[in-house]
Amino acid sequence: MADTATKTTSEAPAPREVKLPVLEREKLVLNKRSYHWITERVCGVVENKQPMVWWALFIPTILMAIIGVGGGLIYLVTTGVGVWGNTNRVMWGWPIVNFVFWIGIGHAGTLISAILFLTRQNWRTSINRAAEAMTIFAVICAGIFPAFHVGRVWMAWYLAPIPNANAVWQNFKSPLLWDVFAVSTYFSISLVFWFLGMVPDLATIRDRCKRGVKKALYGIFSLGWRGSNRHWSHYEMAYLILAALSTPLVLSVHSVVSFDFATSIVPGWHTTIFPPYFVAGAIFGGFAMVLTIMIPARFFYGLDDMITMKHIDNMAKIILLTGTIVGYAYLMELFVAFYSGAKYEMAAFTYRITGPYWWAYVAMMSCNVLSPQLFWFKRCRENLWVVMGVCMAVNAGMWFERFVIIVTTLARDFMPANWKYYNPSWVDIGLFLGTIGLFTSLFLLFLRFLPCINIAEVKWAKQESDVHFDDKKAHPDEGTVVEASYQHELDNGTAEV
Amino acid sequence: MSTSVKRVYCYLAEFESASALYKAAQKVRDAGFSKWDCYTPYPMHGLDAAMGLKRSILPYFVFFGGVIGLLTAFLLAYVTQVGIYPTVVQGKPANIFTVPAFFPIMFELTVLFSGFTALFACLGLCQLPRWNHPLFASRQAHRITDDGFFIAIEARDPKFSKEGTKGFLGGIGGDNIELVEEDGK
Repeated sequence: MADTATKTTSEAPAPREVKLPVLEREKLVLNKRSYHWITERVCGVVENKQPMVWWALFIPTILMAIIGVGGGLIYLVTTGVGVWGNTNRVMWGWPIVNFVFWIGIGHAGTLISAILFLTRQNWRTSINRAAEAMTIFAVICAGIFPAFHVGRVWMAWYLAPIPNANAVWQNFKSPLLWDVFAVSTYFSISLVFWFLGMVPDLATIRDRCKRGVKKALYGIFSLGWRGSNRHWSHYEMAYLILAALSTPLVLSVHSVVSFDFATSIVPGWHTTIFPPYFVAGAIFGGFAMVLTIMIPARFFYGLDDMITMKHIDNMAKIILLTGTIVGYAYLMELFVAFYSGAKYEMAAFTYRITGPYWWAYVAMMSCNVLSPQLFWFKRCRENLWVVMGVCMAVNAGMWFERFVIIVTTLARDFMPANWKYYNPSWVDIGLFLGTIGLFTSLFLLFLRFLPCINIAEVKWAKQESDVHFDDKKAHPDEGTVVEASYQHELDNGTAEV
Repeated sequence: MSTSVKRVYCYLAEFESASALYKAAQKVRDAGFSKWDCYTPYPMHGLDAAMGLKRSILPYFVFFGGVIGLLTAFLLAYVTQVGIYPTVVQGKPANIFTVPAFFPIMFELTVLFSGFTALFACLGLCQLPRWNHPLFASRQAHRITDDGFFIAIEARDPKFSKEGTKGFLGGIGGDNIELVEEDGK
């Protein structure tokens, strides 16, 4: 039929060779780097002398950590929590703002490792290690605040489900106790995931070391890994299961954190939108922090061929998506407050926007909702200065979001007699700066001592790592014809299986 | 004078690429060897089938780990809140109907127990940690974690023979064939 139709058309084009379009996947490792090059480059970060910038960052940040966190906590514990700016009304204040801020940052790591693994997003391979490390360090920073916020830190063990002298057990119905379980589980499982993923790469470093203490230490932590396929088989299964477990876990943690707010009857907190809104915000803030850290690391250690512009582009798109979800949640909160007809709810939100904390609301809106909109434009996603700028804005904006939620809500509740403007004390500020120093210095130590890119998985993501690569290479179009004819045979039932 | 004898551990052969290793593994499998292994720098998908390995039994361990975690959380919350010290707070009863309030803790402990079971079951099935191994005596084993693709046929395999196996590995495309020996007693 088709032939006759063609013949009858007088101006039929001459038959020419049809070239099938071959959709090339964007390469995840650029410049045809060999396996050995990947090993050299990633292990080189650990083995070579650190660049000056490492010391230039490490010394101030470790001092910030020691003075801010160490000194701040000693002063806090020896004097009492009164040194914080917390007041009778704003009893959560900066400590809980900082807790929610850090725990939110800790979400991108497991998201990249688990959810992107399950959805087969292979570009995750070169950034997942650093993102997981970031998760661990962020959760460490987060954990400091609630532990000391209990007031008498030496009583913090009351949170653990063990019988105490009064024979009173913990209230397992309380979101605050759920939080203890959620955060500690999240920390433990993230640590397991991080460590298990690192074992083959630690073995790589071990095999490159000469004899000595270094070799012994890497040897101990690499558990005697020797790349056996019988091991890989179990290992891959364990990794898959951990990813499947971490996926609901990562969504649960910030949901539980949001329950701390949502299950209360405080206007401005008592909303059902909180769990998805918090989770989207956490992913948003976490990805911004991954980029904030990885762009300089990529530059200073020459990792451009593994952390490519494609990776940055993908992460920028995720920031755009989640930032827009967060913006939607902000607006929906306002709409629900209006639609509820509850006057306290409406008053709480009017106060947020027009009250004395209007500056925090404006900072939150412009940093979190407006600034990521730049990522609609390819030119902005390709300009690293713009990307860094937006990520910095998002980091700050996410802190302001928690400030808006916690402080503005608590500063004015049902009793006008309680209304008071909240100011942080210098201990609040010192502790927060201290955690920034702690986070950065831990990350720098991670770069110094551990493989910052997942060597095994980056090798796996190369095209020639596919066991059928040679079959494809034998043909000029890299295998499409072979696969097509094989499919044809399968359809006809003539294929050799 | 040392009287130690070297004991043959395996023949180790290198293959030039992932595809070459994959094809060679199928041949070793079809030749009927049982005590052998492939060594690769990264998890190679499809190699399990080429080696004739079954799916890992790890998920069964994790399932039981998860069930134990779930029960632990349920009993911990239920026994303490309803049995030992009934607490009526947050308008929730101190009986079976309070269980939904325990769901978050039940979920978290299920994940916690399953995760640790996955780790320890993986180590158990791999028989790790093990800080020394006869293979480490090989002069090229350090390349496994870098860029080498290897097959090792072990001496304890009933079909192993010092000459025949070497020829076999050469025949299926192996390079740098090395006899790896461990210190015997």
